[in-house]
This record gives sequence, structure tokens and C-alpha cells, in this order.
Amino acid sequence: MAGGKEVKSKIKSVENTQKITKAMEMVAASKMRKAQERVEASRPYAQKIRRTIGHLAQANPDFKHPFMVEREAKRVGMIIVSTDRGLCGGLNINLFRKVLAELREWDKKNVPVEIVVVGRKAASFFRRIKDIKAEVTDLGDRPHLEDLIGTIKVMLDDYREGNIDRLFLMGNEFVNTMTQRPDIQQLLPVPEDEDEELPDHWDYIYEPEPPELLESILVRYVEAQVYQGVVENVACEMAARMVAMKSASDNAGDIIDDLQLEYNKQRQAAITQELSEIVAGAAAVS
Amino acid sequence: MKLHVDLVSAEGQIYSGSATMVVVAAEEGDVGIAPRHAPLLTRMRPGQVRIQQEGEEELQFFVSGGILEVQPHLVTVMADTAERAADIDEAAAEKAKQRAEENLAQADDRVDVSRAQAELAEAAARLTMVKKLRAGR
Repeated sequence: MAGGKEVKSKIKSVENTQKITKAMEMVAASKMRKAQERVEASRPYAQKIRRTIGHLAQANPDFKHPFMVEREAKRVGMIIVSTDRGLCGGLNINLFRKVLAELREWDKKNVPVEIVVVGRKAASFFRRIKDIKAEVTDLGDRPHLEDLIGTIKVMLDDYREGNIDRLFLMGNEFVNTMTQRPDIQQLLPVPEDEDEELPDHWDYIYEPEPPELLESILVRYVEAQVYQGVVENVACEMAARMVAMKSASDNAGDIIDDLQLEYNKQRQAAITQELSEIVAGAAAVS
Repeated sequence: MKLHVDLVSAEGQIYSGSATMVVVAAEEGDVGIAPRHAPLLTRMRPGQVRIQQEGEEELQFFVSGGILEVQPHLVTVMADTAERAADIDEAAAEKAKQRAEENLAQADDRVDVSRAQAELAEAAARLTMVKKLRAGR
């Protein structure tokens, strides 16, 4: 019964794989819950600072900070947020596809694109096709703003010096556990948001002077948006991994069922053959 | 005439609700904000934020700095970190201040010194606040 033994060992090995994927699924599920809480927690700050910036865009100051002034896009910058690890379904690839499409668009317009990346997956993917200006990897499940500041600063400095005229953030948006959508957000110049109607001709009292104050607020704004994007991407990663591992476990189950059937058939065939041999032998003797 | 106050830190929403008056430690001095205040945008220094409500006890928070935006009926406090005053541990605050002082004494280059000074300012502000709070009880 050599065939039977082979099938048996195959079943064993698939079972072991299934155990691993099941464990990964459960780990991802619990990490996802925590990541979602962090997204929720960081959202109010990001929203409030966006609201303030929105008000600021409607004020009538004498001084306009360069981060708020639209200028012709001769070069653009992108911050691409990906995961550090794989085994999370098509999460990164879907994002990269969208980024590549975007890169082609700018290429058609003859606009060079500078990129910085967050996460090891984007770093290894984009290193092959472009120069990466800065990268930050190994942020772990609990990203800290301090780790991102350096990378963000590279882009902000470029913007200030006029090396880039637009800054985009590309990352995944968490819709729900089953759906994560690649998302592009314009960081700079700060897009105008005209939800709220404020009276015309007013301005803030600024303390300290506007240039200094706006600088610190706008930098904080960009940092908050990027941080929000990174935290959200972690939630996406965990959700995508959970779903991917769940379907891997289910597939493993199907394979085990098929193999079990195969094993039973072979065993049956072996028994039948043995029986017929015995019967034939007995017939020959008598 | 009431103010709507949103107090958020990078770690989450701390308070959102109405108030009759908000007192904040702004960079160039404490400011008290009543409804229909002129629009104001300023940075905050480490210190306390007091939210006075009608017919209710005053709420006190400690913030380590951040941004304050005032619209006539809307106050947004975007703190770097914020905690409820009642949650501050006096002993821990004292220890943090000592540590900041030691760091300042040991700091040699300029960056270190300015960072240590900022830490010390924060620790001192926190301690002052917690002491005031304890004395009031």
C-alpha cells in the first residue's frame, strides 16, 4: 500500500500548513482590532487640524504660506505607504498598480516624480524602477510619529525649495474588514475645503507672527495626515492578512478533504485487490 | 451664547462639548476665551486648559503644548499630549521634573540643551498645576 502511505503523509503536511495559516489568521484578527482602535483614536486630531487649515484657507491674511499656494506642477512628490511584511493578499500590489498608473499619467505630462516610501514592500518594489529619495521601514504594528518625521521632512524641504510643486500621499483606505481601497490624497498645497461658510473679510489674530506660526501648524498638519495614513495602512494590512489567511485555511481544508477521499479510494482498491487475489488463490487450490 | 470646545490630542479626543469660558496657556500668556471672541490662532505652551461650564464644575486638563484655534463660537485645542488634571500623579510629576533638571545639567550641545529646557518647562508646568490642584482641595 505504498500509494496510501504517500497520500497520508501529504495530508499530514497540508494539516501542518493549515495550522500555521489558522494561527496567523487569529493573530491578524486580534491585531486588526487594536489597529482599528488606533485609527479611531488618531482620527479626531487629524480632522480638527484639517478643519483649522480649512478655516485658515478662507481667512484673508497678508501673508500666504507657500504650503497653501497653488503653483504649476513641474515636479511632484509622492509618499507611498506600504506594509513591511507580505502574506496579506493583494493589498500592496493593488496599491502599487494604482501608483504605477499615476506615475504613467505624470510621465505623459513630462512631469518628473520624486518618491519616498514607507514600508519594506514598497521599498523593494520601487527600488527597481525609480530612485527612492528616502525610506522608512520596520515601523511595526504600532507606528510612531517620531519615526516618520525624518522622511516627511525630506519632502517638505523639497517643496519649500521648489524641487516639487505637489505632494501626494498614497496608501490604503480601510473601508471594512473585507475591503481596502488604494487611496490618493493631496497633501500640498493644502487643498481648499469649502464645506463651511464663514463671513468674508476676516482674519485671525496670530501669535506669534504668521510665518512662524503657520509653518508649525502646516508641518504638524502634514505629519498628522501621514501618520493617519500609516496607522490606517496597518489596519488594512491586518484585515487583508486575516482574510488571506482565512481563505488559505479554507483551501487547505478542501485539499485535505480531496486527499482523504483519494486515500480512502486507494485503501479500498488495495483491499479489493487483496481479496480478489485470495479468492483467486483459493479457487486455484480447490 | 455658548462656546463649543473640542480638545483633542494626537492620541484621541479628550473632550468635546459646550462651555461658557475656556482658559488656555498660550505661548504669549494665558488667554481666557468667552463666546464671540475674535478669531485667534496661536501656539500653546505646556500648561493647563480650564473649561468652565454652566452650573457644573470646572474641568482642568494639562497639555504639553500644541495649537489653539478660536472662532467666535468654536474653540479647538489641538494638544500634543493632554491628560486630565486629576489623573496627574504628584510624585511622578516631581520625579519627571528632577529627571529633566538632571538632563539639563548634563546636556552639552545646543540641541540637547534646548530639548532639555523644553522638557523641564513641561515638567515644571505639570508640577505647578498639580500642586495648585491639591492645594485647592
